[in-house]
Amino acid sequence: MTAGFLKSALAACMTFAAATLTAGTALADGVVNIYSYRQPDIIKPVLDEFTAETGIKTEVLFLDKGLEDRILAEGENSPADVILTVDIARLTTAKEKGVTQALDSEVVNSNLPAEYRDPEGHWFGVTKRARAVYASKDRVPQTSITYAELADPKWKGKLCMRSGQHDYNLALFAAAIAHWGPEKTEEWMKGLKANLARKPDGGDRPQAKAIYAGECDIALGNTYYVGLMRTNKKEPEEKEWGNAINVLLPTFENGGTHVNIAGVALAKNAPNRDNAVKFIEFLTTHKAQQIYAEQTFEYPAEPGLEPSEILKSFGPLKSDTLPLSEISKNRKAASEMVDRVGLDDGPSS
Amino acid sequence: MTVATAGRELTAPPARRRHPLMTATVVALAAAAMLPVVTLALVALGGSDDMWPHLAANVLPGAIQTTATLIVLVTTGTAILGITTAWLIVGFDFPFRRTLSWALVLPLAVPPYLAAYAFAEFFLFTGPVQTALRAIFGFQTPRDYWFPDLRSTGGAAFVLASVLYPYVYLTCRVVFLMQGRGIGDVARTLGAGPLRVFLRVLLPAARPAVAAGVVLVLMETINDIGVAEYLGVRTLTSAIYTTWINRGSLEGAAQIAMVMLLVVLALLAGERYARRLQRFHNARATQLKARRPRIRIGGLAAIAATVWVAFPVLLGFGVPIWVFGRYAARRMDSLFNADLGAAFLNSVMTGTITAVLSVLIAMFLVYATRVVRASGLRPLVMVASSGYALPGTILGLGLLFALARFDNALDGVMRANFGVSTGLLLTGSLAAVVIACTIRFLALAEGALRSGLEKLPPSLDEAARSLGHTPFASARLVILPLMRPALLTALVLVFVDTTKELSATILLRPFGFNTLATLVYENASRAVVEDGALAALLIIATATVPVMLLSRALSDDRDASAS
Repeated sequence: MTAGFLKSALAACMTFAAATLTAGTALADGVVNIYSYRQPDIIKPVLDEFTAETGIKTEVLFLDKGLEDRILAEGENSPADVILTVDIARLTTAKEKGVTQALDSEVVNSNLPAEYRDPEGHWFGVTKRARAVYASKDRVPQTSITYAELADPKWKGKLCMRSGQHDYNLALFAAAIAHWGPEKTEEWMKGLKANLARKPDGGDRPQAKAIYAGECDIALGNTYYVGLMRTNKKEPEEKEWGNAINVLLPTFENGGTHVNIAGVALAKNAPNRDNAVKFIEFLTTHKAQQIYAEQTFEYPAEPGLEPSEILKSFGPLKSDTLPLSEISKNRKAASEMVDRVGLDDGPSS
Repeated sequence: MTVATAGRELTAPPARRRHPLMTATVVALAAAAMLPVVTLALVALGGSDDMWPHLAANVLPGAIQTTATLIVLVTTGTAILGITTAWLIVGFDFPFRRTLSWALVLPLAVPPYLAAYAFAEFFLFTGPVQTALRAIFGFQTPRDYWFPDLRSTGGAAFVLASVLYPYVYLTCRVVFLMQGRGIGDVARTLGAGPLRVFLRVLLPAARPAVAAGVVLVLMETINDIGVAEYLGVRTLTSAIYTTWINRGSLEGAAQIAMVMLLVVLALLAGERYARRLQRFHNARATQLKARRPRIRIGGLAAIAATVWVAFPVLLGFGVPIWVFGRYAARRMDSLFNADLGAAFLNSVMTGTITAVLSVLIAMFLVYATRVVRASGLRPLVMVASSGYALPGTILGLGLLFALARFDNALDGVMRANFGVSTGLLLTGSLAAVVIACTIRFLALAEGALRSGLEKLPPSLDEAARSLGHTPFASARLVILPLMRPALLTALVLVFVDTTKELSATILLRPFGFNTLATLVYENASRAVVEDGALAALLIIATATVPVMLLSRALSDDRDASAS
């Protein structure tokens, strides 16, 4: 039995050696190499359309921890052409670590409003994602809400959320710090903690499930998860979770709904720079924006383009006007505040 | 401790000699294995951020307490489950004993992060257990009744213990089988009952085996991030991640990791120090066949034994299969999906190469420390395999920095001298993944082989050497054949853990390279684990096959009643 195992191991070794010799990295013409925080399945429709239009193939490497560090380590030989992220802080980190380069493209500049572009051209926001409130259809009659109101004691034991250290929540807290200052934000966060129904855990989707099950009445979550749940064909019960909630778009006083961006950056040592530029430009075109709007349940960055029907049913989105750079600047302070308040410890302690 | 003192007679320290070449090779291999740790240490020295005051005030007290509690709970839980099940299986006859003897190993095939997800589906408020309770008792909201919360340190320990106990079961069962008739019979002729024999004789003699299993459990518990993250338990490892990712301080993260590693090394050294004077080998190394017959039990005792032994299997294997099986059943149409097939082949290939490589290296290291007289070698080997206690992403990062630097330097030299670009030779290919997994799981192979080798008395080598054989020849002719069970165990453990491995693989993999684990994670990270259910089941299946083979090979049940 050992001998057989060794024999097949040897065969595998040979295959491996052959694979290593032939693989190499995709440097050939007609390719764009994408290092992505976004899962390949989500961006596939857009990538397919890009290939159909330009004949340029796409290679995706999905990596959600250490992506910038990998590019940094690879240095001049890095195959990365383009970096795709889901959070503004990731884009600014990439820029700070020096793994991006500036791009001054007329196409991009005319397609995207200035607030979704890095002033120095290192990153571009392609879609917007709103941090919303899921509210139980049965138990929460109100149809609008503010972020400040989430700390109101009337929600005691009724609020659910994922970890305060998650990107999406950190960005919201960072925006709150920019709006209110650190002291008021910390008071507010203590209020959130006091209102929690349970210890923060899981992703956004289990929060909707918890409302459906009666564990809590309101929860923080991104809008597109609701779209995914309500259209889920494989798991009919997810439709029920999605339909058990109303999505409210909360606002800051004197501001709007907190939005984060999913964005793109040109890698510093992009070996296929021309293709990479074409790709970035393509993402900002009307066609790509339409695919995003229809298939990913995110808000397109293109001004005036309507989002999908489900998103429209949440009411008009009034995006917060806070510059995105403010949000990433306050991220570290927000992360430390979450620790200090003990938000992730749950309501009890 | 009669056994230990009696054993000491046999163990005049093995005759060791100096072998400069062997010593040099051990040092070189250990140095290579320490590459990621050393790189991380350098990173840690690189920056002195302002983060320690914050960590000391708000994070570390809680994180240290949580981690310590988790370690105590998981090691105690796995020790109790592993030892009692092994004792029952080896010593008694009860219904389903034979099936359970190999089924007990199955939870090893379930990656902890998948177990956490499955347990959450199963035991949380919306899961079948609590839904049934509500239906029976007419509760409405969670405020109406009390149910232990899985989202807690205790909950995380419950999940981890349910899938990690086989490490202890495996090592204990081998030893209980090998203890054979000798010592148990002696105790029984002196009038001791089965329980007393177990507590006073078998268990103390099995201490190295328990320790070997528990050490693996300990390291797996410390390096875990998936379970902690999913259940919202803030351990030291989560502190490493938030420091690195949310506060952008890789230096700070490396500093915490290094402190954690020192604590682990101290624990390992302490454990070895505690039994430094004890040797546990038997004069006759191959006593598998001369086993005492199992005691037949009937009635309530037999039912209790079956329930107790079946319980961990149902938890650690049954619950994940139930949860993922239901999802997978709705997705059978994508079973023949090309991506899934490729990922399966990649998992098997990576697992096989890594298993062979790390077992070869570990065998050399373990044997060298037995025959070479050089006092520094043992600690060196221990440090070299301690990377197992580091979270995979952190270990992977250390390796990435080191390998990428090598790649770029080589590329520079080749370009300057030969006009050829070698590009990212290692980091651009599967080599990086294999190297990372080999280093990461060296401890598994090393542990299995060491405990196998420790059971063989030095008189064996000495006999071979006195007949004029070199160390290598005596290893080949005498030691290796006797080590077959240990070799098989090492191969299977590394193979299984490599197919389950996620964090280093996802960081270091080349374009378009998916394993089953990365495929599951792509779905899990966008909150649709159910779409990865088929891949999740395939991981479990892939790991189950060798686990079952191993289990059968070790149990040697065929002629059980003959003796």
